Amino acid sequence: MWTYTKTLEYPIKIKHSNPRLAKFIISQYGGPDGELAASLRYLSQRFGMPDQKSKAILNDIGTEELAHLEMVGTIVHQLTEGLCPEEINKAGLGAYYTDHGVDVYPQAASGTPFTSAYIACKGDPIANLQEDLAAEQKARATYEKLIDLCKDDPDVIEPLRFLREREIVHFQRFGEALRGIQDKLAERKFYMNGCSDIDSTQNTCNCMNQFNSVNNYNPCTTPCNNCK
Amino acid sequence: MEENIENRNCTCVCECKCENSCDNNLREEMMMQLRAYKFSIIELGLYLDTHPDDEKALCLHREYCKKAKELSDKYQKMFGPLTIFYPCNKWRWLEEPWPWERGNF
Repeated sequence: MWTYTKTLEYPIKIKHSNPRLAKFIISQYGGPDGELAASLRYLSQRFGMPDQKSKAILNDIGTEELAHLEMVGTIVHQLTEGLCPEEINKAGLGAYYTDHGVDVYPQAASGTPFTSAYIACKGDPIANLQEDLAAEQKARATYEKLIDLCKDDPDVIEPLRFLREREIVHFQRFGEALRGIQDKLAERKFYMNGCSDIDSTQNTCNCMNQFNSVNNYNPCTTPCNNCK
Repeated sequence: MEENIENRNCTCVCECKCENSCDNNLREEMMMQLRAYKFSIIELGLYLDTHPDDEKALCLHREYCKKAKELSDKYQKMFGPLTIFYPCNKWRWLEEPWPWERGNF
């Protein structure tokens, strides 16, 4: 479960409204590489992870992404707060205003509403973690583009820089989790008659079953330590 | 059941002794420090997920958790709850501004 803490992960106090910037930044709220997609991607993938490290890292990064979602929503809210319809329309947000007023709606900069088609849960830990690594790089690249577009307002740039740096740390941690799983899969295996695969030096089974914990079905009948 | 609740003579009193401070400079300073501790805990937590045997990181995690708890208790006593798990005689959750309203800095 989650507990709400009544503070932002990084402070945001934007003094000047700027609907033009809000129009771009909303993409990190509900766009393809946005924080909502990131959080749902990791929190959904964690159920099928084969080892403790990757379960923990997906759980904890997925949780931090929720805090980032709140930060991006706060930026959009503060950039559009108190504006009159004319100002909003002039900034190219007339269509947004028609459907959502100045609420914060999860959509891409292009106007496409959030969809779970942005995320993948492939039922394969290697494929999932590779997707997560790519997602972090795409989010970093998006933040860099946004920082380029926000050059005139340090109040907006500072939290965007913080969010960009977090993507890099997450990428690092996902890489370590992936390496852990790949190392395990690359361990030397001995194939014996009647059983899938036994590491005869350690009397432990290295079969793929331990990496297929989605439904906890284990057809291996070898009496070894891992498959009990 | 409903009657029981209405007639219940509640004797549980919180010990927070709210101070209701209005010192915004102090509040901002304490929140910045608390946020720094919490960030360090998040960051160390992610690191420890993939390096669970790193004694130095584990030690830092313990240190920041202790400091964060002490400061968080002190802050909440003075400026109101940060989570709904902070008991008080008065429901102060509504009094403080929300983070997106430039609240809690």
